Amino acid sequence: MTAIQTEVLLQTLISGVLLGGLYALIALGMTIIMGVMKIINLAHGELMMVGMYIAFVLFSWLHIDPYLSVFIAAPFLFLLGIGLQKYLINPVMKVDSILPENQVILTVGIGMVLANLATIIFQSDYRQTPVSYGTKAWYLRDYWKDSPVDISLSMPWTVSFTMALLITAGLWFFLTKTDMGKSIRATAQDLDAALLMGVNVERMRVVTFGLGSALVGAAGCLFIPIYYIYPDIGGQFTLISFVITILGGLGSTVGAIIGGLILGLFESLTATYVGMGWAPVGRFVIFVAALIFIPGGVASLLRSRKFGK
Amino acid sequence: MLEIRNIDVYYGDVQVIWDISFDVKQGEVVALIGANGAGKSTTLKTVSGLLKPKKGEILFNGTSLHTVEAYHRIDLGMAFCPEARRLFVDMTVEENLDMGSLRGDAKQKREQTKKMVFGLFPRLKERRKQLAGTLSGGEQQMVAIGRGLMSLPKLLMFDEPSLGLAPILVREIFDVIRKIQKEGTTVLIVEQNVKQTLAIADRAYVLETGKVVMQGTGTQLLSDPHVKAAYLGL
Repeated sequence: MTAIQTEVLLQTLISGVLLGGLYALIALGMTIIMGVMKIINLAHGELMMVGMYIAFVLFSWLHIDPYLSVFIAAPFLFLLGIGLQKYLINPVMKVDSILPENQVILTVGIGMVLANLATIIFQSDYRQTPVSYGTKAWYLRDYWKDSPVDISLSMPWTVSFTMALLITAGLWFFLTKTDMGKSIRATAQDLDAALLMGVNVERMRVVTFGLGSALVGAAGCLFIPIYYIYPDIGGQFTLISFVITILGGLGSTVGAIIGGLILGLFESLTATYVGMGWAPVGRFVIFVAALIFIPGGVASLLRSRKFGK
Repeated sequence: MLEIRNIDVYYGDVQVIWDISFDVKQGEVVALIGANGAGKSTTLKTVSGLLKPKKGEILFNGTSLHTVEAYHRIDLGMAFCPEARRLFVDMTVEENLDMGSLRGDAKQKREQTKKMVFGLFPRLKERRKQLAGTLSGGEQQMVAIGRGLMSLPKLLMFDEPSLGLAPILVREIFDVIRKIQKEGTTVLIVEQNVKQTLAIADRAYVLETGKVVMQGTGTQLLSDPHVKAAYLGL
């Protein structure tokens, strides 16, 4: 392998990991909702779109940096998620309908409403937040003169990735160290047993939906400095997080992180070696392969190692 | 302490409990025994709040549980070790125990109670960091009982604690239940293992097809010809 080829490969792997970290954050929101509610939230990408527009508005009007908007968008989406769950999804869950999973269809509707509201308010133009550090990057040769290969690290990508890691770590702390986090996991694992332990399951559903929305809203703010935005952008991210959730194993947080990294790496490799336009194709190749070869997702592989089944 | 007054319970349109009444007094071990499908577990699920009676009333220390949600019953001092353990399998032993003490007084005294539980089941202390799903059946039952004790209950209810356990473990579990009662917790137990249950029960009720057909002290029932023929194979 020549130096250039090595450079391209390393660079591809790095951008794959950076992208994967962000994907993982998006999918974490979907997977914790999936775990507790046993439904796929198909409005997930649209909630991310809301987060992105919040960052966009705050940037264009008040010149607030998108990374700071995380602290505004996440609480806002938390409340929005709570409202959606409490006043739309919970009532529908109690109704006996012909379709067993009618809440899923409801989430499709919520997504459509959000996307169309965004179109009315912002028009369907592509928009960006042109941050000053948008094209800044760090180069390996600046720090190590005689390095055989030169690798660059884009500043906004790195900052977004780091923040995604911090948020993920915070989520991990919440889920494993606090009683409320444990109650959420317990509800996901055995609803009746959680009830018997004194967990208000309905409240956990509401909190979880809020938390999942807050996570994806934060992801939206992290994405906007490196991406662009238009009202229908949500659908593509719903699909991405759906693929990751399947790949990782429904409801598994560790699975979502690993799945996100796998998808990020795979898309990045496809984009470099097959062609930019093929990245989404790569995504669905992974999706189908996961369904055929590891139907339980990465989580099932981890579990079989731990439980020896 | 616990009074069940003429309850009827349905699964959908099918009635499975017909006008059952019984009571549990402070400090007793009371058993509900019967064959498969007699309605024992259903009765216990109704007491715990997972099912609602269509008719009748359940009183705990004099207050009606009719409007008390399942997740509030633990606050009143009722704890439940459900059938087939129902542990949180992807959580560690210690996290499972923590789940038993989420509220109020039990939360304050969590570490203290945990020490007591580990004293009762030293094996759990060794395995405190292990995932509950990786434990053997007997150890899982210990976690389930420990989790129930963590809420510092006044009344601890067991649904088939001997299910799927080797005879030696069954004895161990029954010894522990006796010990729990001696320490002042009232026990309501549902079992198919009639002989051993009656041996530790102060009083018992025999359920058949959703009705109470007989009641008496443990020793009375053990020597009853009908119980002997139907449940002990003598």
